[in-house]
Amino acid sequence: MNMQKEPINIVDELTQSDYKYGFVTDIEHELAPKGLNEDTIRFISAKKHEPEFMLEWRLKAFRFWQQMKEPKWANVKFPPIDYQDAYYYAAPKQSANKPKSLDEIDPEIRRTFEKLGIPLTEQQRLAGIAVDAVMDSVSVATTFKEKLSELGIIFCSMSEAIREHPDLVKKYIGSVVPYTDNYFAALNSAVFSDGSFCYIPKGVKCPLELSTYFRINASETGQFERTLIIADEGSYVSYLEGCTAPIRDENQLHAAVVELIAHKDAEIKYSTVQNWYPGDKEGKGGIYNFVTKRGICEGNNSKISWTQVETGSAITWKYPSCILKGDNSIGEFYSVALTNNYQQADTGTKMIHLGQNTKSRIVSKGISAGKSQNSYRGLVSVGKKAMNARNYSQCDSLLLGDKCGAHTFPYIEVKNNTATVEHEATTSKISEDILFYCNQRGISTEDAIGLIVNGFSREVLNQLPMEFAVEAQRLLAISLEGSVG
Amino acid sequence: MSLLKIDNLKVNINGKEILKGLSLEVNRGEIHAIMGPNGSGKSTLAGVLAGKEDYEIVEGTIEFDGRNIFEMSPEDRAREGLFLAFQYPIEIPCVSNASFMKTAVNEIRKYRNQEPLDAMDFLRIMKEKAKLVEMDQSFLNRSVNQGFSGGEKKRNEIFQLAMLEPKLAILDETDSGLDIDALKIVSNGVNKVRNTENAFVVITHYQRLLNYIVPDFVHVLFDGKLVVSGGKELAFELEERGYDWIKKQYNSVLV
Repeated sequence: MNMQKEPINIVDELTQSDYKYGFVTDIEHELAPKGLNEDTIRFISAKKHEPEFMLEWRLKAFRFWQQMKEPKWANVKFPPIDYQDAYYYAAPKQSANKPKSLDEIDPEIRRTFEKLGIPLTEQQRLAGIAVDAVMDSVSVATTFKEKLSELGIIFCSMSEAIREHPDLVKKYIGSVVPYTDNYFAALNSAVFSDGSFCYIPKGVKCPLELSTYFRINASETGQFERTLIIADEGSYVSYLEGCTAPIRDENQLHAAVVELIAHKDAEIKYSTVQNWYPGDKEGKGGIYNFVTKRGICEGNNSKISWTQVETGSAITWKYPSCILKGDNSIGEFYSVALTNNYQQADTGTKMIHLGQNTKSRIVSKGISAGKSQNSYRGLVSVGKKAMNARNYSQCDSLLLGDKCGAHTFPYIEVKNNTATVEHEATTSKISEDILFYCNQRGISTEDAIGLIVNGFSREVLNQLPMEFAVEAQRLLAISLEGSVG
Repeated sequence: MSLLKIDNLKVNINGKEILKGLSLEVNRGEIHAIMGPNGSGKSTLAGVLAGKEDYEIVEGTIEFDGRNIFEMSPEDRAREGLFLAFQYPIEIPCVSNASFMKTAVNEIRKYRNQEPLDAMDFLRIMKEKAKLVEMDQSFLNRSVNQGFSGGEKKRNEIFQLAMLEPKLAILDETDSGLDIDALKIVSNGVNKVRNTENAFVVITHYQRLLNYIVPDFVHVLFDGKLVVSGGKELAFELEERGYDWIKKQYNSVLV
């Protein structure tokens, strides 16, 4: 018999449910003047004491963005965004200068992260996990820094990296996602405030899970973080991000960029548990999660693996992708996207095969409930020189109720006839008959849904580090509360 | 006290009368067979007992182990020990037989204030019960009923019955679609599970099943009521003479 993870007891959470991360921390914020123009960008850059090259790059991105139009091709609907009616920089006041040690953090901020299950104090740090905690536009704490630096690993906030390691930043920023890439990547490049930076030197296997926890707190702000991970030759790193935001009536924009670079024989595993505020049951409020994530397998035999569990956000629009440039390189994408009530998700991946003998694997699980719309959009592209490229894609949809929608948009472009590309898709529905059958065996409706959803998502959840897999399972169950009966 | 007491049950579906005053009493240790022609209301009776929503209860009472069944949710009826072997077992995607049964067993144990079974005990019991219906180990790791043949689905129902050890099991046309070998396996399973503390209501069209699961009582359901009751010999009589004589007798009474 296969070892299976215990179906967790979700009843307690279900009864108290609603979005439990929806509280607001009462701290003073330092804000940039509302609106977006070159002065806003100069303000942000100055706040962060950035070198000149960074400001120049931001301004170029901004000028480019001004020429662009918001893309319309995704299968999502939302009213026009007024980019002038938002704050582009919000920092918890006391940490404008980042505290030198964890003990100096504003107790209010520390309590916020404790409430979110991310202790930042020296005594109670999460075992085996180094955390960079980002609130609104700035990183407020990074744990285990010294321990990591002994191995030559750099793990710090993006702002700090720009100041302390400008050469690395200059070399790699925008190298995978140039600011010209798309509308939201351009916007991010202009106004990005913080995020995580990570460099793993040659031959080092990072002994800890690196993790960033993103928290939006201030109202009427956008969050634009930028994450850059570089795994040098023969190195390995597993990185995890989590995110939450308070309950607010307004829609807040989150436009992040993540760039991964895996050199020869290196491996990067990137996991996301995304739980931004999804909006209420009538579809009011919630985060617009418009994110560009891309990794390049630069060297031979390198590997990049994306795992994502997407349960939050009013609208999710993201396609973590892999450019398989090195020969024998491997790209993977494991995704569970759950939408409920009026949530919309248009998510998937791009696997760009350039090198020889490159392999990619896509496992996408979409769960739709309520009146939500859930789309998988994926591209498998095999270039002329990519001899013997292989792809396997599997797209499964699970529907709960009859008012939601599941859509798949798989694109395949093959320019080399030695390629093998496989695509499988299934659609299942949790019907009244199934629920009654479970009830008749003594299983409540909520537990029945939990059981099916966990079974449906298992292949993806198994990719997550253990503690996060349990958390993600719970999250899936909570997010479906109220979707039946 | 009887285990199941149905008194003057009247049930409509979409305004149409289906059960028209059905009464039945089942005691522990008994096997009752309910036979009858198509459309007489047999499956409706099974659905009402299990708590399916599609029915309108017009009149009458059902007590299960002394409790008013209409005040209990379908899952609580199951946890109290009422089991329905479905005529058409449902396929559940993505959930293995093993984890389905583990969840069910532990939900029922929780309801009865018992500790959940640990993985080892559960596995041992599951293997034992699987043998009762000659189910292969691989069966347990497959998604519930998905891709199962008709016979496998029915065996799976009896396997679940054996796992959950109900006080009362209703077998809704468990014999339909079974070949003779599968019929024997299913019947054997039931006979091994039966004891003096539990009871069975076996709904069937055919006398054939009753050669293997021998009933204490046979009732004929016709036009929404139990019109004739007797011992197991009644089943043979029905097999020989069909239902026409009952229809005639019944209709002449009406006229």
